[in-house]
Amino acid sequence: MALPSYASTGQRIWYYGFRTICALIFLFLIGPILIIIPLSFNAQDFFTFTPEMLRLDPAGYSLKHYEDFFTNPDWQRPLRNSFMIAPMATLLSVGFGTLAAIGLSQSHVPFRGAIMAILISPMIVPLIISAAGMFFFYSRIGLQGTYWGVVLAHAALGIPFVIITVTATLVGFDKSLTRAAANLGAGPVRTFFKVQMPLILPGVISGGLFAFITSFDEVVVVLFVGSAGQKTLPWQMFTGLREQISPTILAVATILVAISVLLLTTLELLRRRSERLRGMSPG
Amino acid sequence: MTSATDDATGPVLAADGTPLKRSLNRALRRQKLRALMLVAPLLLFILITFILPIGDMLFRSVENQIVSETLPRTVVALEDWDETTGELPDEAVFAAFHEDMVIAADQKLHTRLGSRLNYEVSGMSSLFRKTGRRVDRMDTDQPFRDQFIDVDKDWGDVETWSAIKLFSPEYTPGYFLNSVDRTLTPDGIEKRPEDQRIYVSLFWRTMVLSFTITFSCLLLGYPVAFLLSNLPLRSSNLLMILVLLPFWTSLLVRTSAWKVLLQDQGVINNTLVAIGILSDDGRLALINNATGTIIAMTHILLPFMILPLFSVMKTIPPSYVRAAKSLGATDWTAFWRVYFPQTVPGIGAGAILVFILAIGYYITPELVGGTSGIFISNRIAYHISSSLNWGLAAALGSTLLALVLVLYWLYDKIVGIDNVKLG
Repeated sequence: MALPSYASTGQRIWYYGFRTICALIFLFLIGPILIIIPLSFNAQDFFTFTPEMLRLDPAGYSLKHYEDFFTNPDWQRPLRNSFMIAPMATLLSVGFGTLAAIGLSQSHVPFRGAIMAILISPMIVPLIISAAGMFFFYSRIGLQGTYWGVVLAHAALGIPFVIITVTATLVGFDKSLTRAAANLGAGPVRTFFKVQMPLILPGVISGGLFAFITSFDEVVVVLFVGSAGQKTLPWQMFTGLREQISPTILAVATILVAISVLLLTTLELLRRRSERLRGMSPG
Repeated sequence: MTSATDDATGPVLAADGTPLKRSLNRALRRQKLRALMLVAPLLLFILITFILPIGDMLFRSVENQIVSETLPRTVVALEDWDETTGELPDEAVFAAFHEDMVIAADQKLHTRLGSRLNYEVSGMSSLFRKTGRRVDRMDTDQPFRDQFIDVDKDWGDVETWSAIKLFSPEYTPGYFLNSVDRTLTPDGIEKRPEDQRIYVSLFWRTMVLSFTITFSCLLLGYPVAFLLSNLPLRSSNLLMILVLLPFWTSLLVRTSAWKVLLQDQGVINNTLVAIGILSDDGRLALINNATGTIIAMTHILLPFMILPLFSVMKTIPPSYVRAAKSLGATDWTAFWRVYFPQTVPGIGAGAILVFILAIGYYITPELVGGTSGIFISNRIAYHISSSLNWGLAAALGSTLLALVLVLYWLYDKIVGIDNVKLG
C-alpha cells in the first residue's frame, strides 16, 4: 500500500489521514491496557497520575500495591483458588475434548452436525444464561457452592475451544500414517501415543491454553455456581471494582497482562510449529 | 478364471466367504460405532454439566408447583368454586385452607408461597405472613370463613381467591407474561401498571446498545482490518499483536482499565482539564451511564470484529481494484463499487458475532453501566441473587436464549459454524 510517486495531493492527504486514523484506533485498542501499567506503580492510592509521577520523580513510584497483592490474604486466597480450579477444569476439557475431536474427525460419523452443535453450544450461549441454568441445576443435585461444581462448569465452558483447535489440527493430519503404524503391527493405543499424539500435540496444547484462560478469566459462572470458599481472582477483582476500588487491582491487572503476553507468545510459537509440521511455511 | 465366471451371477465374496457388500457394511458400522464411542464420554459430560442445566432453566420458567404443593387441599376444593359469580368460596374451601395453612406454617412454607404470589398480586406476601402467624390460634369449632376475614379483610375479597385459583395449575405462563410486562388476571392477560413496565424497554435498550456497540466496532474495525490486510506481511504481523493482545487480556483487566480512565477524577477527564478543553466543574460524565458501557464494550469486542474482517479482506485479490482504476474509476468508486461488496461477508460475520456477544454481556455493564447502561443480563442476575424471583429470571433468560439462538442460526447460515477460527 505504498504511496506511488505520481500520487496527487488529495491522495497524499488521504494516505496520511488514513494512517493517522488507524494509529488512533490502535491507540484506543492498546492504550487502556498500557496505561494501567505505570499507574500500578503509583505511590499514592489514586487512580490517576500524580504530579510526582509526571515529573518522573522516583518518590512518586512504589511497589506497595504489589506488596499488598502478595501479602494480603484477601488476594492470596483467591489466587490459590484460581490455580486449583483452572488446571483441573483444563485437564477435564482437554481429556474429553481431544478424545471427542478424534472421534469427530473420522470419515463416517452419524449425526456429526448435531453433535458438533451440542459440543460448541457452551461457547454460543451467553454466560449469564449458562450461569443461571447451572445455578438452578447444580443446586438441585448439591453441586452448587462446591469445588467440583465450579470445576465441572468451567470444564464445560472450555470444551468448545478444545474441540475447535484440535479438529482444526486433525484436518491436516495424514491418515496414512496411522495405517502405516497399524500395518507395522502397532495396536490402536500405541499408534495413538506414538504417531498421532505427537503430531496433534500443538493443537491439543493450544486448546488447553484456551481452556485454561477461559477458566482463569471466568467470573460470571463462578459468581453463581461457587460460594465464598471458591472465590477466584477475577471474582475478587469484580467485587473490588464494584464495591471499594483499591489500587491493588491495578497491580493484579498488570500481572495478568504479563501472563497474557506469555500465553500469546506460546500460542504463536505453537502455531508456527504446527504449520511447519504440516508442511506449510510459517505465517 | 472359472470361479470368476461362476461368481459373475452371484454376489462378490470377501476373503472370509461373506458377500463383499455385507462385509463392507459391517466394517462401516464398526467404524461409526468406534467414532461414536470416542465422542460419547464428552457428549454425556456436556449433557450433564451444560444441557441439563439449560433445560432446567427452561423448565423453571413455566414451573409453578408451589401453590399445589403448599395448599393441596385448597386447590382441590377451589376447583368447584366459580369465581364469576362474585361470591366468596364456601366454608369447605376455608376449612381446607385452614388445614393446609397449619401444615405450611408449621414447616414455614407459607412465606415462600406468599412471595411467589406476590410476584403476581402485590400484598400477598404480607397477607400470608400475617395469616401464618395467627392460623394456629384459630378455633376449629367456629366457621373458618369469618375467622380468616377477621385476620385480614383481604380473605373476604374474591380477587384474593381467584388469584390463588388462577395460579394453582402446575405450569403457568405467568413468568413469561411478566417478562414482557404483562400479567395474568382472571379476566385474561393484561398490561402491567405503567410504573411497573420495565422489561420490554430493557430488552429494547439491550438491543439498541448492542446495535450501537456493533456499529462502532464496525466503524473502528473496518479501517484497521483494511490496513492490516494491505500491509506487507512483516508489518501486518507486528500490528496484529496490537489486536491480539487486548483479545487475550483478561476481561476484568480491560474493564478496570476503563473504570480508571473514565472516572470523574480519571485520566481522561484530568487530561482534558489540564490542557484546558474542559473547565474543572464541567467534567464529562463518562462512567455509570450508557456512554461508559458503549465505550468499554466497543473496546472489548473490537477484536471480534477485526479478525473476521481481516480474514475476508486477505482473500480479496488486489488486481480487481487495480483493474477498476485502469478502466477509469476514481479511488472512491473503485473502493465502493469493487472492493466494498467483496468485504460484505466479513462484515456480516463480524457484526453478528459482536452482536451475539454484546447482547448477553453482564460484567462490563454491571461495572461501568450505572443504571442507564445495564442490560437484560443484569436484571437476570438481580432476580437470581437479590430478589430471588427465579422463575422470572428463568423466563427472561429463556427469552434471551431464544434471541441468541436465532442470531446464531443466522451466523451459521452466513458463515458456517465449522469456519469459526481462534487466534
